[in-house]
Amino acid sequence: MTYTQDEKRQIIKEVLEAYPEKSRKKREKHLNVTEEGKSDCGVKSNIKSVPGVMTTRGCAYAGAKGVVWGPVKDMIHLSHGPVGCGYYSWSGRRNYYIGTTGVDTFGTMQFTSDFQERDIVFGGDKKLAKLIDELETLFPLSQGVTIESECPIGLIGDDIEAVAKKKSKQIGKPVVPVRCEGFRGVSQSLGHHIANDTVRDWVFSKSEKIPNEELGFTPSPYDVSVIGDYNIGGDAWSSRILLEEIGLRVISQFSGDGTLHEVMLSHRAKINLIHCYRSMNYLCRHMEEKYGIPWLEYNFFGPTEIARSLREIASRFDETIQAKAEEVIAKYQPQTDAVIAKYRPRLEGKRVMLMVGGLRPRHVIPAFRDLGMEVIGTGYEFGHGDDYQRTTHYTDPGTLIYDDVTAYEFEEFARKLKPDLIAAGIKEKYVFQKMALPFRQMHSWDYSGPYHGYDGFAIFARDMDLALNSPTWGLVNAPWKTA
Amino acid sequence: MSQNVEKINDHARLFHQPEYQELFARKREFENCHSPEEVQRVAEWTKSWDYREKNFAREALTVNPAKACQPLGAIFAAAGFEGTLPFVHGSQGCVAYFRTHLTRHFKEPFSAVSSSMTEDAAVFGGLKNMIEGLANSYTLYKPTMIALCTTCMAEVIGDDLGAFITTAKNEGAIPKEFPVPYAHTPSFVGSHITGYDNMLKGILTELGGEKTGSNGKWNFIPGFDTYVTNNRELDRILNLMDIPHTILADNSDSFDSPNEGEFVMYNGKTTLAEARDAVNAEGTISLQAYSTEKTRAFIQTDWGQPTQVLRPFGIRGTDAFLMKLSELTGKPIPRQLEIERGRAVDAMTDSQAWLHGKRFAIYGDPDLVLGLLAFTLEMGMEPVHIVVTNSNTTFEAEAKALLDSYPNGKEATVWGGKDLWHLRSLMFTEPVDLLIGNSYGKYLWRDTKTPLVRIGYPLFDRHHLHRYPTLGYQGAINLLNWIVNTVLDELDRQTIIPAKTDISFDLIR
Repeated sequence: MTYTQDEKRQIIKEVLEAYPEKSRKKREKHLNVTEEGKSDCGVKSNIKSVPGVMTTRGCAYAGAKGVVWGPVKDMIHLSHGPVGCGYYSWSGRRNYYIGTTGVDTFGTMQFTSDFQERDIVFGGDKKLAKLIDELETLFPLSQGVTIESECPIGLIGDDIEAVAKKKSKQIGKPVVPVRCEGFRGVSQSLGHHIANDTVRDWVFSKSEKIPNEELGFTPSPYDVSVIGDYNIGGDAWSSRILLEEIGLRVISQFSGDGTLHEVMLSHRAKINLIHCYRSMNYLCRHMEEKYGIPWLEYNFFGPTEIARSLREIASRFDETIQAKAEEVIAKYQPQTDAVIAKYRPRLEGKRVMLMVGGLRPRHVIPAFRDLGMEVIGTGYEFGHGDDYQRTTHYTDPGTLIYDDVTAYEFEEFARKLKPDLIAAGIKEKYVFQKMALPFRQMHSWDYSGPYHGYDGFAIFARDMDLALNSPTWGLVNAPWKTA
Repeated sequence: MSQNVEKINDHARLFHQPEYQELFARKREFENCHSPEEVQRVAEWTKSWDYREKNFAREALTVNPAKACQPLGAIFAAAGFEGTLPFVHGSQGCVAYFRTHLTRHFKEPFSAVSSSMTEDAAVFGGLKNMIEGLANSYTLYKPTMIALCTTCMAEVIGDDLGAFITTAKNEGAIPKEFPVPYAHTPSFVGSHITGYDNMLKGILTELGGEKTGSNGKWNFIPGFDTYVTNNRELDRILNLMDIPHTILADNSDSFDSPNEGEFVMYNGKTTLAEARDAVNAEGTISLQAYSTEKTRAFIQTDWGQPTQVLRPFGIRGTDAFLMKLSELTGKPIPRQLEIERGRAVDAMTDSQAWLHGKRFAIYGDPDLVLGLLAFTLEMGMEPVHIVVTNSNTTFEAEAKALLDSYPNGKEATVWGGKDLWHLRSLMFTEPVDLLIGNSYGKYLWRDTKTPLVRIGYPLFDRHHLHRYPTLGYQGAINLLNWIVNTVLDELDRQTIIPAKTDISFDLIR
């Protein structure tokens, strides 16, 4: 079903009618249709969610622990407060890593201070100090600790910064207090920012004074850091392989499969290459201001964007790198051609609706396009104005845009626009599957992946095909009912 | 070239190709990790008695706990009622986590809302959010009932749900007669099973109809039982026995709904009318003790109704359950259940040789663990380490009594309040043949090489296990199936190497 822009605006209006007036006015600012020549999508964003409606958003803790700090594999990330936040975020994001879990690596473990009522009443600072000693005893090979504070910590006024300072001195390792209480900000987005700031204040402020030799680091002209790739299903690896193939030296993966040492190296790169702009742009900006390191956003979804990104990255280096970039693009051309030849005929013309978190609502659009698919609606859980500006670069005019879309709106839009595929998160997955709509999780790649890079694109294409063309969708209606 | 379009490798194979292995080696240069020898040395030490003692000496730190927090249990209970929208008052991230967690386990949609409290609410209280939130969810999602509970944020700032609901009704956010049961569910008290109890009590308190004389029915409370098909099995057994009944908080359809091309938001099976009428029942039988303490106390005191805890797990547990039902109702145990019993016993005798004397560790919620212990003890298995993070002294005494009643239960130790990192030390220092627990046990399986039988919540990495009943005689067969076939799978794995271990790679077991 194809609608004109005006018809789509009418659909938005109809969907909004279900709300009480006050909420309707709030929500209508978050919904729009893109227009030719406009510099952004014309939606308000990064505003408090409406109470009582189903938002998919998480909280600052989720952004700090679950996204930015959590994947730093050789540090212990403590969920400081009651048991729940740590429990629910335990191994929830597939940040792949290599290491011996529980010995020198801690990514799939859950460390918590498991606050009880007495900790709320008397404060948890003493417990925290003691707990850090216990961590040292039991996990001597950890490289440091981050303290992700949960809601009660900020409310009862614990001074985790003081504890962190004291304990860091005692154990001789970084102890980083992260004030990411869930009530701060309007979504997980503030948690990214808070975590970025703690990297700046508690790690960079010290590591910048350490000379290269002491870190065992000899700079080269081709040093780059990969920033904001969380290595979901190994994404950072299928990206890194391309950067290395074009002759660059990746000195830091921050934070997917990253180590504290890599974090400390990241501000020694010649350029920071950032994939998830939303979650780590703050640090890139800081490194630019403080250390004069330029940064570049890239997009490794789908061959068109991969080639464009590789060329742009190479353009920041010399001709050798530029030549190698062309070689690498050419090298993977047959692989890409084969993938497109096989899957494009099965996917051509299929219409997709997206709704994800940080970068994917825009970055994956070209990958779908490479397969002949069309994205007819997209939106962010927690995007900001600059995300929506960047989105216009990727969308066709007439694309439906929904910010912090509520479950109700998303379902209604899907009912009316009838896409062939929906790509969003786990909370949405089964809603749409019950509507017999093919679905892929685009936070976790539905436990598949990687999706980044050329190797990832092959998997992406295969997965979209298996989702869309599964015979199971044809079984949903009982034959005696459709007759 | 890494990908062959005819056989596209995803993560499970892709990264084992040489180019990625070389990439990992290059990355090591920047990681500053400890030497393999040092890692090996410490890894070995973590398996030692010395490490175990240090591990058990900790007082402040919890590592890999086997418990969640209250609101998860509260919304799980709320989902059992007709048209009920769970509404969690507090910061919104919690609800995102609860919905995600339940969805990942059941592979089902789960609807719940939040009042989305932020900094301003932390300062001024959450009343404004509550009023606006109730108005929105009532208008938009058209529930029959909204079940309110709190997060730790709302609890710390001291929001009073009862007063807030009254104010919201007075301000016209929702109609005065609209049912809004509530429960205070701070995450720093108890666990998800406490939250289940608090919410169920809250709902029954709110709906608590008038006493009009006996309706001749019996109430049943499943407790925090994620084998939601157990509700269907229970219903079947009660129908076979011709016992009129109400299952309170029956969320079997909420977490196992059909795909008929429509998304149906509310699937709670217990109607509000049934819940209101529950006060007039002959009595209430709970299938779990530790997730229904306050609810049972409420039913006894406020409703003046007798309550019992009966766990129909394993043969003897189910026998006791049926006999008690028969005694209470005067209805005979039908022949069909005798036949089912015979089939379950037949299956157990067929398999007993493979399980007799098998030493195992187990962890989970108290009632789940008791049900499983009852079954495994009957099979002649030997429980060794029993870890219950959300334990209490009553449970520990009950577990001890059960273990002491079997000769094969005498070696077991109940480790109340301990976590899965404690269990790791136990399993290294005093190894067992099997581990029984939820998906988080797969890390213990990897580290200790102890085969894992996945039973409990959450089960993220295996499909459809929750669709099978575990209670009654049929449930016993399912439990047996999962346990004995894990043992046999493991035996096959151990005997699969040609010309080396495959002497015993038998076709017939």
